[in-house]
Amino acid sequence: MRQARSDSDTETRKLAQQIRLHALRMTSNGGSAHIGAALSCADVLAVLYGRVLRVDPLRPRRPDRDRFILSKGHAGCAVYAALAERGFFPVEKLLTHYQDGSDFSGHVSHKGIPGVEVSTGSLGHGLSIGAGMAYAGKLDGATNRVVVLLSDGECDEGSTWETALFAAHHKLDNLVAILDYNKIQSLAPVAETLALEPFAEKWASFGWAIREVDGHDHEALSGALATIPFAAGQPSCLIAHTFKGKGVSFMENTVLWHYRTARGEEYEAALGELEGTK
Amino acid sequence: MRDAFVETLTALAEHNSRIMLLTGDLGFGVLNNFAERFPRQYLNVGVAEQNLTGVATGLALEGRIVFTYSIANFPTLRCLEQVRNDVCYHEANVKIVSIGGGFSYGPLGISHHATEDLAILRALPNMTVVAPCNLWEVKEATRALVEATGPALLRIDKSTAASIVRPGEKFQLGRACQLRDGADITLAAAGGIMEEVLTAAEMLSERGIQCRVLSMSTIKPLDVESLVRAVDETGGIVTVEEHTVDGGLGGAVAENLLEMGCIPACFHRIGLRAGFSSIVGTQKYLRKVYGMDAAAILTLVEQKLLSKDLRLSEDIAR
Repeated sequence: MRQARSDSDTETRKLAQQIRLHALRMTSNGGSAHIGAALSCADVLAVLYGRVLRVDPLRPRRPDRDRFILSKGHAGCAVYAALAERGFFPVEKLLTHYQDGSDFSGHVSHKGIPGVEVSTGSLGHGLSIGAGMAYAGKLDGATNRVVVLLSDGECDEGSTWETALFAAHHKLDNLVAILDYNKIQSLAPVAETLALEPFAEKWASFGWAIREVDGHDHEALSGALATIPFAAGQPSCLIAHTFKGKGVSFMENTVLWHYRTARGEEYEAALGELEGTK
Repeated sequence: MRDAFVETLTALAEHNSRIMLLTGDLGFGVLNNFAERFPRQYLNVGVAEQNLTGVATGLALEGRIVFTYSIANFPTLRCLEQVRNDVCYHEANVKIVSIGGGFSYGPLGISHHATEDLAILRALPNMTVVAPCNLWEVKEATRALVEATGPALLRIDKSTAASIVRPGEKFQLGRACQLRDGADITLAAAGGIMEEVLTAAEMLSERGIQCRVLSMSTIKPLDVESLVRAVDETGGIVTVEEHTVDGGLGGAVAENLLEMGCIPACFHRIGLRAGFSSIVGTQKYLRKVYGMDAAAILTLVEQKLLSKDLRLSEDIAR
């Protein structure tokens, strides 16, 4: 089940590039938003689906699989892309994203899509579902992990902190929260909207074991995720420092590309940049 | 009712390790026995209903039958979006148990008046809505909900009506129970307010008016068949619920009958029409104030029968 660990990061880098290309095509083709948020977590997803998660495209529901929840559901296109590349369904299906009659909604949906555990879209839901799964795993003595990818903006939600308390109290060391900390939320930078700093200290003070990495550095990501749990008896929190829109120069670190769709020349330019990084 | 629920669930949990009871830090002195006997099946998540509902969903998706327990609006409205997106959309096997239906906690004020929950939860896809009227229905509904897969609300009341069970009666989700037969009019009710309905029916009987009384313990899915038969055989329907008249049992009955072209000669929804109750008082007191007690039901039925007779005689004249 676990993919053979490659000597280099070449494979996961290729996967990340494919995720970015698919995400760009899907959002531009569908006229949907959130390309910035998808690009921001493409490397995290590539490392997860390329190396870390024990998942099986041939048996997507096998009981001992790792559970992955995209709590920042608006980056659904990136997860669909990762799953397609891992063989959960044909890559061609991705082009139905955001189209009339499609199962592939803008926010990630589990209905009719193998490999997606739960549907999200409203922020602050995924971590508590993950905590419930992790609690069940503890009761059952299961060996699988539950990995939840959150945005920084969704840490504005009180429910995220309800679960932060719960998971630490119950020592859910089979639960991992990865924070895609790109520091830009819907309308403005996080720091101007609702300051989260000191962010790592907040999670640590809630009882989580913390690691901080460059969220675009595959070696650092896979190195950190190879040591789950970061501390026995504590849930793990990996703060991935990222850039919104990473991989397309004019999308990087801008508020604009949270909602904007790349069209025409912008699309061609973005495509060129992403293909050029091959 | 609350104790009947906990006792039944405790008995079931002994033979079914998939059952879990999650509380949002409520149930003082009530859940101790369950917690002590089944520590692996009990969890107090703290005062955090959104997390309560999310965690319940996660557990349910891993094969558990999860009961979330809290009072009044806390396990329903406080975490409504978790109920909608997490529980209902995922068809998760989560049963929300709300203790304190209607004015059960009348003296505590409007935060603790559960008077819109039936309407709001009824609107959610995949949600079964159950409001038992007596201890028999509470026990039977608890058993039935363990057997039935999928989301549900079990609305528990402080008050309870007499456990009238016809010989051979079997409880089924989605089926009304007839507590009394009569040919003059039908009183269809849900929840412990049935005690007022039965008192009114007895007083009406002494005045020569025979009421059919139906317990519509499952508000969704609704037993339309029993209602249509009631219209055919008794002519009129009066619904009674300790809940706003907007969208609850009365709304459900009206929608379904009208859509079927089954028009009662008289129809009325007894329920809360005053919006919020800023005055406080016992459940009995508030029912009286808002025209939902036995005396109010009696008066209303007599008025409705007069108008029904008038309408029927007009029909005959035509």
